[in-house]
Amino acid sequence: MGKITYISSRCKGCHYCVEACPKECVTPSGEFNEAGYETVKFNEADCIACGSCYTVCPDYAIEVEKED
Amino acid sequence: MYVKKLPEYMNFAAPSCQGCGHGLIIRLMAEVCEELGVTGKTILVRDVACGGSASGAWNVDSITAAHGRPIPVANGVKGASPENIVIAHIGDGAAYSIGSAELVHAALRGDNITVIVVNNTVYGMTGGQMSPATLPAEKTASSPKGKDADRYGVLNVVDLIGNLNCTYLARGELYDVPAINKSKAMIKKAIQNQIDGKGFSLVEILSPCPTNLHMTPLKTKEFMHEEATKFFPLGEFVDK
Repeated sequence: MGKITYISSRCKGCHYCVEACPKECVTPSGEFNEAGYETVKFNEADCIACGSCYTVCPDYAIEVEKED
Repeated sequence: MYVKKLPEYMNFAAPSCQGCGHGLIIRLMAEVCEELGVTGKTILVRDVACGGSASGAWNVDSITAAHGRPIPVANGVKGASPENIVIAHIGDGAAYSIGSAELVHAALRGDNITVIVVNNTVYGMTGGQMSPATLPAEKTASSPKGKDADRYGVLNVVDLIGNLNCTYLARGELYDVPAINKSKAMIKKAIQNQIDGKGFSLVEILSPCPTNLHMTPLKTKEFMHEEATKFFPLGEFVDK
C-alpha cells in the first residue's frame, strides 16, 4: 500500500498522473485549488507505490511512500 | 520508506504553464545531479525564456545569459572554474536559431559542458512563434496557415552538429514513464561525460507546450509523441 503526499496548491491540473497510474488510483477530484486548476484525488488502498504519478508530474506536487 | 522523493533544493512549483515539460526536465536534472553527488557544485546557465523562469524552482547556483547564449556563457563559466559542473538549459528557438552559431562552434571545439535543449517546436515565452524546429504544416502565431516546410525547412540538430566534435548527442521525450526514465538516463550520461572531462554533450528533449500549441496537456503530449518524432527521431546518435 502506498502513501501519497500531495500538495494540491502546486497542482496545475494537467492530469498526466491520471493517465500514468497503472492501477487507476488517481482520478480528477472535481475540486479546484486557489489558482483555479482542477486537483486530483488518490485511492491509497489500491496504490502499489510504483511512483508513476511522481515521475510524470511537472509541478513537484506528488511524493510517494511505501507502507510496509 | 520513500519510493519517490523530490530532490533537495526543489522547494516550490515551477512557474510554468499547465502541462509544460520544463518543470519535469529541471527535476530530472536535479535528480541526476543528486544521484551523481554534484548538486553542491552545479552551476545552471539559464536562458531568457520559459526555461529561465522554470529553472528558478531548483535552488542551485545559476547565471542568466543573454537570449540564446547560455552555451558560450556556460563555456566561460567552465573555463573560469573547471571544478564546477556547468549545465546550459536552453530552448529550441534559442539553441537552433538565435544561438545557432554559438552552438555549432561549441560543438566544433568540443567544449566540456552539458547542454540540455528543450524542444517544444515553438518560441514559447514570446507567444508561440515559428522556430527552426517547428514541424511542417504546424500552425503557430507567425505561421497561421501552417509552416511551409519547402520555404523554411526543419532543422534537426543531428544534421547540424552530428559530424562535429560532439562526445554525446541524444534525443529523448516525455511521453510516458519509460520515456521519461530514458530521457533521465541520457541526461545522466551527458553530465557524467562532463565529470569525466570527455567534452561536449547535448541532449534534446521533446517537450509539450500546451499553451502555444493550443491543445490540452494530454493531447499535446500525444502530438509530440506521434508527430514530432517523425521529424525528430529518438535515440543516441553520437556516443564516444
